[in-house]
Amino acid sequence: MSEEGDRRDAVQVHGVHYHYPGVPALDGVDLMIEGGEFCALVGQNGSGKSTLAKHLNGLLKPDSGSVSVFGRDTRALTVGELARDVGYVFQNPDHQIFASSVHDELAFGLHNLHLGADEVRARIDDALRAFGLEAYVDQPPATLGFGLRRLVSVAAVYAMRPRIFVLDEPTAELDWRSAHELLDRFRALHAQGHTILFISHDMELVAEYAQRVLLMRDGRIVASAPPAEFFGQLDLLREARLAPPQVMRLAIRLSDLGMPSDPLTVEAFVEAYLALLRKDAPHAG
Amino acid sequence: MLAIEIRDLSYRYPALRPGSVAPYALRDINLTVAAGEFVALMGHTGAGKSTLCMALNGLVPQATGGSIHGSVHIFGQETRTVPVAQLARRVGLVFQDPESQLFSPTVEQEVAFGPENLGLPLDEVRMRLDWALDLLDLQPLRNRGPVQLSGGQKQRVAIAAALAMRPEILVLDEPTSGLDPLGRDEVVGAIERLCSERQMTVILATQDAEQVAQFAQRVVVLNEGAILLDASPEQAFAQPEVLAMAGVAPPQVSRIAAALRAQLGDAPTFYQLDVAERDLRSWLTMPHV
Repeated sequence: MSEEGDRRDAVQVHGVHYHYPGVPALDGVDLMIEGGEFCALVGQNGSGKSTLAKHLNGLLKPDSGSVSVFGRDTRALTVGELARDVGYVFQNPDHQIFASSVHDELAFGLHNLHLGADEVRARIDDALRAFGLEAYVDQPPATLGFGLRRLVSVAAVYAMRPRIFVLDEPTAELDWRSAHELLDRFRALHAQGHTILFISHDMELVAEYAQRVLLMRDGRIVASAPPAEFFGQLDLLREARLAPPQVMRLAIRLSDLGMPSDPLTVEAFVEAYLALLRKDAPHAG
Repeated sequence: MLAIEIRDLSYRYPALRPGSVAPYALRDINLTVAAGEFVALMGHTGAGKSTLCMALNGLVPQATGGSIHGSVHIFGQETRTVPVAQLARRVGLVFQDPESQLFSPTVEQEVAFGPENLGLPLDEVRMRLDWALDLLDLQPLRNRGPVQLSGGQKQRVAIAAALAMRPEILVLDEPTSGLDPLGRDEVVGAIERLCSERQMTVILATQDAEQVAQFAQRVVVLNEGAILLDASPEQAFAQPEVLAMAGVAPPQVSRIAAALRAQLGDAPTFYQLDVAERDLRSWLTMPHV
């Protein structure tokens, strides 16, 4: 265990156990995330993903083991004290949203950061624009559809610009385009140095956006690898009840014909397939 | 008889402030669904999928208020003339947010609640309970309370509770968004079997194009409250530019087909993995013209 708390490690989780009354949830989690990483956390329902996520912003404290964020042990800190470092977007937006308008929902966290009025206004406008919520600014979040409520919950945390974003299934119920636009926003923040951890069941998005995939099973992290490598571990995936994205499943089925088995996107697949077609049949194309 | 018959349906939620008018949530919807059909509903966030789902069991407008034009008939009954509780025997609705509909102290009690309320004999209630728990793989969790369940597990409980009512029409509003990929296939596969074996009519709102390609007979795409497209998955997924208007993308294999068409002029139009494999394999192994 690190004594000094290496500043480059945004998140350090050591041997964390946690249980809900009568139900074990985390069974010795070890995890290091460096500052500036873009990680996806995947795994079966009930494997402990959300429970782990709630440890990163101090909402839950470990029964044993330790969690530290930029070198600070979460046990000594409140959620509020951690909020500048860690922004957490709940799996269920209704656990997070409480204000009577979209504007107030976004303003709440910003006021707690003691920012000037101009800065608050600028950040709210920016977040509304980033998630296409301008039209709903005065509306009570409760009157919006579930997908829009999710965007509000993401926008509220986005506006606070924490160093680490922990997003629990941020794109569930979002249409294809909104899901990509949302993750594009976080990719832009990532490029500015923010650390991103998102939980997802959508392997297409995981393959496209994550630099590293973490797999949880029965309360532990059991694998960690870049997506191309991660999705190649078919036995491991099957045991964890996961499958690679469809492009990759197709490529794997065609691998006996020389198709590389690790395209992560439609574009990569098409490029590899066309190359193969031209090689095998020089007159085609 | 048609399971669902919607004529010229337009709907607005109540205005948020006196003097203002809410925009149309549904516009001029005309839709008929035969008993035993499996219809997928797709569309952008806020397109009206949930509102349309709630119109099918009368919650819109009976519980939501607002103004409505046109009509919705379920097996010939106009939904505004029948109490929601009575419609609930024929139309099972699983909401997007599972927590909004779970209220019992245990999984078992949650799933048994509906059949008990129908006044069924205890044996029948027990039989339906076990049947639904088996189908959704919930037996190991039957004595757990809602707070001891993950988000995806709660979704499975909500579906089991709806199925235990043995509805003739099952309406699912993104019921699997929080399920892991294999769990998603298992749940929708089980529902699809009930559709083909028992003629249960299924309306499934989803963002998962691969799931639609695998299970649905028909796709209805909503855009800003109106029907943009009503077609077979094969026809719908061959029109990516139309789908894009509603924020929807075809499955990855369809997008591969589209990219190959653009590159090569003529190319196959597959939308399912097995067919994609067969076609791409034959392109590589057979001589080209």
